[in-house]
Amino acid sequence: MTFSPALEARFQKLLTSYPPGRERSAVIPMLLYAQDEIGHVSQELIEEVAARCGITPLEVDEVVGYYSMLHRKPLGKYHVQVCTNICCQAIGGEQLYHHAERTLGIHNKQVTADGLISLEEVECIGACSWAPAIQVNYDFHHHVTPEGFDDLMQTLRDGTYQKSS
Amino acid sequence: MLYNEPSPLEVKVVSARFGLPNSASIDTYLANDGYNAIQKALGMEAGAIIDELKTSSLRGRGGAGFPTGMKWSFVPTNTGKPTYVICNADESEPCTCKDRLLMENDPHQMIEGMMIAGWVIKSNRGYIYIRGEYRYLIDIVDRAIAEAYQRGYLGKNVFGSGWDFDVYTHTGAGAYECGEESALLESLEGKRGVPRLKPPFPAVIGAFQSPTILNNCETFSAVPWIMLHGGPAFAELGTPKNGGTRMTCVSGHVNKPGVYELPLGFPLMRLINEICGGMRNGKKLKAVIPGGSSSPVLKADECDIALDFDSLAKAKTMAGSGGLLVLDEDTDMVAVALRTIKFYAHESCGWCIPCREGTTWLKKILTRYHNGGGRRGDIDTIADLANNMLGKTFCPLGDAAAMPTAAFVAKFRDEFEAYLEKSIPVESREFAMV
Repeated sequence: MTFSPALEARFQKLLTSYPPGRERSAVIPMLLYAQDEIGHVSQELIEEVAARCGITPLEVDEVVGYYSMLHRKPLGKYHVQVCTNICCQAIGGEQLYHHAERTLGIHNKQVTADGLISLEEVECIGACSWAPAIQVNYDFHHHVTPEGFDDLMQTLRDGTYQKSS
Repeated sequence: MLYNEPSPLEVKVVSARFGLPNSASIDTYLANDGYNAIQKALGMEAGAIIDELKTSSLRGRGGAGFPTGMKWSFVPTNTGKPTYVICNADESEPCTCKDRLLMENDPHQMIEGMMIAGWVIKSNRGYIYIRGEYRYLIDIVDRAIAEAYQRGYLGKNVFGSGWDFDVYTHTGAGAYECGEESALLESLEGKRGVPRLKPPFPAVIGAFQSPTILNNCETFSAVPWIMLHGGPAFAELGTPKNGGTRMTCVSGHVNKPGVYELPLGFPLMRLINEICGGMRNGKKLKAVIPGGSSSPVLKADECDIALDFDSLAKAKTMAGSGGLLVLDEDTDMVAVALRTIKFYAHESCGWCIPCREGTTWLKKILTRYHNGGGRRGDIDTIADLANNMLGKTFCPLGDAAAMPTAAFVAKFRDEFEAYLEKSIPVESREFAMV
């Protein structure tokens, strides 16, 4: 597989970041960073990472099955992750998640027909004091109201989206 | 960036540089005591540094509250193996959002704390395990590491000591379990985050089968201040055996939720009323979850309590990760109990049967209960299941699920019983969570 020069450089750095003979340590970062670039963890990627880390594809596969951020199917261009854990729940996180389901017309881990937005109900993302919180890809958005959510989704659709944090 | 207004009642040790212009940059750090502590430490024997930490009564800020100096003293340096320093920045205990701020606003402080640990055990390598969701923090910490290399503070011959120390970031990819130290080490080695049988503890057999210091981000962040100001000064800030300050994360139904740095032993009710501006909408306090979602809930009449490890342990709960959720009178405790156990069921790694099956069955029963299908015997079944999980698993996740669940049903039994008579509207039933 070919990756961008930046990702290749990152891979090279990762493979030398661990003690000699411990290249397997790079497998999770490599999968996550590669997923950021190609959109999901494909079988081809699993085989590529396995070869580079010197382990079997099966050993990579069992890692993919464990970590919730590694996705075997393509996500939307914007992956919208709504936290409903107890601190967000206390401030309306569950209502916000249901609002997201209704307004986007998709359920947990589904993608809109145009491939633009995917939705996931996630566990605590570390924004408890500024609940309810969501992440759009890796960007945090705090104190998200249903109205604020709608505005944010609109910016994803019309291309005016801006990071908040 | 700060996400909430600071409070004048805060005592700033690890957050002292927050809010300075470019607080994450090495220049700001250097202008404010930065990298002085490591230089001082390099002139000290390892034993003296450990003694200073013991005097400080710094206890692990990740959750367990183990004395840091003692932890460091367990690491053998004569095994012929390399040694490692691992920073646990996998912050994922619900209610906790402080390591995020520490890395965002002052990454060099954490790095310097790791360097001091490295010097103590003559380690040449440190890893910062950052949860995958905190991608922007990996970029910030990578920048900080690069700055430290540029100035020659990391790498070969640190400050002319003849000692080499390298630091790397490592990302997780979404797993609460990887905050448990031995599961974190498995994850660092490129495997599923399944806990290891202990002993041996990571101090002896840790990263890459070698002796390892593994501490939370906030614990490392406190070390430079202790080196510069001395263990006694840090100890004095807190209460006996509970030294220093803590990044205290408050969420829920208060007027000013936020992260505040407070001395250990700070009274919970003062935190709610004086720092957080009291209860939102003038509601009455119902309960507080005082140390992350794993900690047993306190009822309102139990909240006249000091926030430190020992006071909370005495009240049969724990200071845990320093995250508090304040709940008002309108809170549906069955829903909170259900959401809590859903989390643990989702995050159980599946290795130990009592945890895997226990969390799953608790989730099933609580889901049915919440949806209006509760039976009179359920409350006792829940308590029985929870009590049978305690102490029966490789890692504390089983306990972390069982303890709060047992407390919810024991302390809010009336509310659980009233639920049996309640008719639950369809729209507020079970939420999709695969």
